[in-house]
Amino acid sequence: MIVSIASGKGGTGKTLVATSLARSLGDKQSLQFADCDVEEPNAHLLLQPTFSQRKVVFILIPRVDEAKCTGCGKCAEVCAYKAIAVVRGKVLVFPELCHGCGACSYFCPEQAISEVGKEIGVVESGNSGKIGFIQGKLNVGELAAPRVIVEVKKHLNQGGLVIIDAPPGTSCPVVEAVKDADFCLLVTEPTSFGLNDLALAVEMTRKLDVPTGVVINRNGIGDHRVEEYCLKEGIPILLRIPLDIEIARLYSRGVTLVDGMPQWKEAFRGLFSKIERIVN
Amino acid sequence: MREIVILSGKGGTGKTTIVASLASLAKSKVMVDSDVDAADLYLLLHPVTEDSHQFWGGKTAVIAKDRCTQCGRCREVCRFDAISERFRVNPVSCEGCAFCYYICPTDAVTMTTALSGHWFTAETGYGPLVYARLGVAEENSGKLVALVREQAGLIAKERGFDYIIGDGPPGIGCPVISSLTGADLAVIVTEPTLSGIHDLERVIEVCQHFTIPVIVCINKYDLNETNCRQIEDYCRRQGIEIASRIPFDNVVIEALAKGLPVVEYSQGRVSYEIKRLWQEIVKNLS
Repeated sequence: MIVSIASGKGGTGKTLVATSLARSLGDKQSLQFADCDVEEPNAHLLLQPTFSQRKVVFILIPRVDEAKCTGCGKCAEVCAYKAIAVVRGKVLVFPELCHGCGACSYFCPEQAISEVGKEIGVVESGNSGKIGFIQGKLNVGELAAPRVIVEVKKHLNQGGLVIIDAPPGTSCPVVEAVKDADFCLLVTEPTSFGLNDLALAVEMTRKLDVPTGVVINRNGIGDHRVEEYCLKEGIPILLRIPLDIEIARLYSRGVTLVDGMPQWKEAFRGLFSKIERIVN
Repeated sequence: MREIVILSGKGGTGKTTIVASLASLAKSKVMVDSDVDAADLYLLLHPVTEDSHQFWGGKTAVIAKDRCTQCGRCREVCRFDAISERFRVNPVSCEGCAFCYYICPTDAVTMTTALSGHWFTAETGYGPLVYARLGVAEENSGKLVALVREQAGLIAKERGFDYIIGDGPPGIGCPVISSLTGADLAVIVTEPTLSGIHDLERVIEVCQHFTIPVIVCINKYDLNETNCRQIEDYCRRQGIEIASRIPFDNVVIEALAKGLPVVEYSQGRVSYEIKRLWQEIVKNLS
């Protein structure tokens, strides 16, 4: 079973919930934790894994053999991203625009275009206690976060329990981290920002047809509109974590909620039982 | 005209709260919300009037069943795993490269453009605001960010404003890069948590990669003073100014509940520090 933890709005407590859920279950059953927030992966700060493997992520970009190129312009014609242009018979490649689809190389009538790997990130894997830990990291200056997430997902065991820490937002990187999940847990806070972004995230999970439940973090900070929204939309609220400066301080030091306050373990195990009941 | 973008790396450090206050403090400016995934700034600036515009994003392949012979060429060449065994295109996976369109021997594939979102030009009590809403599960957030910035630039030029102030998205990828290239100053709002520090360093590297000058604001600085010192040491080594240190204070939440920029709600330390931040921004740009 794959459980993705997402949020719409950033900083609502995705990583806090994901790491505490993993720690609460990890000593009882085998599970994998995948940090798919590849732009800003943070779960390692809390779970302190030891990495044993490192795999570089490449995309293929075109390299033009000028000796063979006749400057016909076919490559530029088929490129949907304007990543390749022919100016006065000379081919220019813009690697940052390239999606690596391979069309230019395939359609070149002179076989003048080969494809070479360009490093865009890395996938690291190892262990945090009994938890299998995998994280993706996008290189600085690179755009293609979803591509790194795809590589992270290749490390997941079929059929096992997987907890995915998703990136914020509702567009392509989040979709990549949520689309194959059996359940998506949305972490929100009861403020107008939290509500606005929760509604967008719910719309996304519905479009992807992934069952959803909500965790309200910093409960007590604002008003009841998130609760009312969930009631109206028929989305179960599975856990409430109160606004507590001590919880914020634990997080600031990189301590998971259940390690800092072990009394929370039962609540997270209860959260997981509820998810299991919804999925099965 | 100078352009400022507020970033954070990590989400939820207080970007939008601070940007709303800058909207109140800066006089001659246009505001732009570059977080098109989850645009929240309008919730605090309360648009009075609003024009809505359509955003047509990238293309998606569609396979016509009656022409398809199921030869499988499209599935062979697609690198995005977007075509199912039953020859249906998954629009979420399709990146619109059109390889299948070119390769199909029976011309069964067409490339269609989808309505991917909307963007808005609004008038608010704080001046004009440009923002957008990307359709959920859509691509091309970078393109839409570039579009709202461009529109904000046009408004600033037309009306002779001094500043464009942008509320950036979290992260360091495509929409972040799109929100900051060519800006005059990046203000990074961080918090003294280990995650905050980790993400601050990565977003600073992105700014340095694109040679954008950076100043830093530490929000909730008293949450963890040891981490706060670590941020200060890091910034000192990098030669980056810490422009303000905002304390943890419930007035921020109270102001949000009232739908007000915090500088209009309270005259305490938080407001003092945000005003100082604005003075430092102006100083850095003059």
